[in-house]
Amino acid sequence: MISAPYLEVAVLVLGIVILLIESFSSKLDRRYLGYAALVGLTLIFLATFRVAPQTATSSAPFWDFYSADTTSLFFKRIALATTAGVIVMILDFAPLVATGIQGATPQSGLGEFFALPLFTCAGLMWMSSAIDFVLIFVSLELVTISFYVLVGFTRRNPASLEAAVKYLVLSAVATGFLVYGITWIFGATGETNLQKITTALSRPGLEQNAALFGAVLVIIALGFKIAAVPFHIWVADVYQGAPTPVTAYLSVGSKAAGFVVLLRVLDPFLLLPQMQTLLVAIAVLTLIYGNLAALPQTNVKRLLAYSSIAHAGYLLVAVVSFSGRAVAFYLVAYLLMTLLSFAVLILVSQPGGDQLESFAGLSQRSPFLAFAMLVAMASLAGVPFTAGFLGKFLVFDAAIATHHFGLVVVAIVTVGAGFYYYFKVVRAIYWDAPSSSTDKIIVSPLTRAALIALIAGTFVLGVYPQPIFDALAR
Amino acid sequence: MLLLLVTFAPIVAAILIMIGFPARLTALAASLLTLLISAIIFLRFNALSGFQFVVTFPISPELGLNFTLGVDGLSLLMILLGAIVLVAAIWFTGEIEHHENAFYACLLLIGGGAIGAFASLNLFFFYAFHELALIPTFLLIGIWGTGNRRAAAWKVTIYLALGSIILLVGLIMLYRAVPATARSLDLRILQAEQIPASLQSSIYLVLLIGFGILISLVPFHTWAPEAYACAPAPAAMLHAGVLKKFGLYGLLRLALPLLPEGARQWSGILLVLLLANIIYIGLVTIAQRRLDWMLGYSSVMHMGYIFLGVASANILGTTGAAILMFAHGLSIALLFGITGEIRKRVPSLDFDAMGGLAKAMPLAAFAFGLGVFAAIGLPGFANFAAEIMVVFGAFRNGFDYQHFHIFQWATLLALWGVVISAVYMLRAYRRTFFGNSAKSELVITDIRSSFRVPIALLVAVSLLLGFFPQIAVNLLVPTFRHYFSATQ
Repeated sequence: MISAPYLEVAVLVLGIVILLIESFSSKLDRRYLGYAALVGLTLIFLATFRVAPQTATSSAPFWDFYSADTTSLFFKRIALATTAGVIVMILDFAPLVATGIQGATPQSGLGEFFALPLFTCAGLMWMSSAIDFVLIFVSLELVTISFYVLVGFTRRNPASLEAAVKYLVLSAVATGFLVYGITWIFGATGETNLQKITTALSRPGLEQNAALFGAVLVIIALGFKIAAVPFHIWVADVYQGAPTPVTAYLSVGSKAAGFVVLLRVLDPFLLLPQMQTLLVAIAVLTLIYGNLAALPQTNVKRLLAYSSIAHAGYLLVAVVSFSGRAVAFYLVAYLLMTLLSFAVLILVSQPGGDQLESFAGLSQRSPFLAFAMLVAMASLAGVPFTAGFLGKFLVFDAAIATHHFGLVVVAIVTVGAGFYYYFKVVRAIYWDAPSSSTDKIIVSPLTRAALIALIAGTFVLGVYPQPIFDALAR
Repeated sequence: MLLLLVTFAPIVAAILIMIGFPARLTALAASLLTLLISAIIFLRFNALSGFQFVVTFPISPELGLNFTLGVDGLSLLMILLGAIVLVAAIWFTGEIEHHENAFYACLLLIGGGAIGAFASLNLFFFYAFHELALIPTFLLIGIWGTGNRRAAAWKVTIYLALGSIILLVGLIMLYRAVPATARSLDLRILQAEQIPASLQSSIYLVLLIGFGILISLVPFHTWAPEAYACAPAPAAMLHAGVLKKFGLYGLLRLALPLLPEGARQWSGILLVLLLANIIYIGLVTIAQRRLDWMLGYSSVMHMGYIFLGVASANILGTTGAAILMFAHGLSIALLFGITGEIRKRVPSLDFDAMGGLAKAMPLAAFAFGLGVFAAIGLPGFANFAAEIMVVFGAFRNGFDYQHFHIFQWATLLALWGVVISAVYMLRAYRRTFFGNSAKSELVITDIRSSFRVPIALLVAVSLLLGFFPQIAVNLLVPTFRHYFSATQ
């Protein structure tokens, strides 16, 4: 049995060790660092199942900041799994890093590219445990700062630099909102701990409007993290410009951690009717904008960016319907299908670019990748027997159970729109003839194994969700 | 066990074909196996004792989610239909120019999905199995279709996806309408519950729209003719013959027994819509100038009669509706199958460009003629027996000697549809197979003689039920009596 905080420590140590090896051994093939990171992450992932349950009476002040409940462990696992998936993608992406950096050696820069996601991962794991605004702020900043570097990592590529600047500026603004909101809440309640805020809010004579104002500011900051409309402006450009593994990381890891913080922060405030209305409005806007903006996209990366906004909408529907279970399951499903689609995208786009045309005739160039992308798109669209469908099922169930029929109607229309743009990719893969190159695409054994695991996960969770429910309930 | 085999034989075969088994052989073997086992189930089925051959695997107690298969009279009839048409569709598949294995896999997935939906006793899998056909349909029409195939594939996919998601909302509303103690996705548990009358109306409406889109009820029908006209023949056979019956099956299975009050409230609207299906679409069908479009519209029109049986909500009418679903599935599959063969031989399916094909294709002409006679309800075919029951069932509804009720007027108007369908079917038959042959330089060969097997299968079953409808009635009446025991 181990104590939960050691998990983050282990991830940090892993990251530092990799960084040190990278700086002191110039001869080493940098890809071994990636394999080392994978092994380390796998071990830490297994260790999460050996974490001692949090003792209720532990009085150390540390536990006022940090929670080791089942929810946080669950989201730590999501963070670890995502990071592992991203590292596999970086291994595939390595040739492009070389062209994007042009250092002294062919592999210069690659070592840091394996270490930085680990620091992000530690931040994501802290976020999932944070129950105090101070820790929320610090861990969020750790995540964001490492993302600044990651987004602009291929620094000879102008698109990547543009993305980094946009992300930096808007992220800084969001941070400002977050701090400002926290001060208002602290000013009104005198607390930064979320549980104490909950009790303080029910105290008679409290200036509730001040706390509410603070909460709205915090939601704006978190809305930026989870890419909710109208705080989504950065998403399309940053997703398109960033190196593809980083895009996948942003859209899965950053979003999952954002949602767990949102669930925790909203907990004290969600019973207030004004807050409900605000969130319903954000959810409706996010659903409509994300899905409609995705319709005309011809760049697959950009399409996935808008689709990630759309999925934030479905997740918000679950949040408004008080269904933590639906949020958690949907995030797992989202993780599987998004990582799957980005992993295929990296392999397909290396010769031909991110445009939809490079997927044309994929079924003839690589039936395996074609099938993987078909599964990813079917799951994103919500075809039964995939995890994505069961996620939508739970979201609709939660919304109907809480009588949010307006949201249900909007969601019906947007799901219909979703079928169109996801099937556009399917159409390119199966209907169209290969346009430029007809070479077979080579898939490395590690990537093949990762893809098969993701496909299997998508199908298994599509009919057998119980493991996720068990992990949440224990 | 037997039901598991029936459901998964086509799906497993599809997977085997994708990993390299010989396509046509595996597909035929799997579909024949499905037919054989469903015949065994039919012989061992005892109509009087509820759900049989039940297999169940628990999945999630929190959601009330189990994988449960089981049959009663209604679902058994539909599974038989699915198995028969699947065999015929695969047999009718000729040489596929490219990706032959994918073609057969898609067909098997559509067939297996439909059969799985009919066999599922859990709402989740009832829904999920039906959606299994979505992607194969998209690919079949888009890759191997004819005419304006891409537009048709998009249209059918978006329409069916939207209809399905509305249906999903309706099913969840149904699931949420029962008290929390009895909440379950299991049909057998739901059927024992009373749903509050205040909720029935809205749930029924959502289900009617969802199912209605899948069945091509006017005004949600525009996807169907185009999709069937452009789809490769085996896909059209399966889709029009079997998959479209899923919506009607759902209405008979869920909406009528669980929501009798809602069904009563919306029956007026439903009658108007189904009359539009019969009369309006019937007239549109007469105006068609191409054989494939004519058949596509005719299959939309015939849904109106089945709806009439559903709307009558009595045992006679629903029994007729169920037999008509079966009979229509057989006849439309035969017609689409022959049309697909004709399409391969002539440059255009325009009535003006065809004619005199009977001389070159006597077997096809004979088979098509049988299909035409079945479709217009000539006595002796199952369609006739079923239509009689539907009409009597509907006419009897709310009957009173003093004056006609809306049901009697609707029945009277619907009867004109028989004339309409005779007009367009016989005219199409004449213009395709008789008269002067338009192109003489074309060498047209008859359909392969091995196709006699699926043709004989479809026709024989239809004739058998036409002369002995009692076989199906004995299956269905105890089932429907059980459904309506709570309400009548």
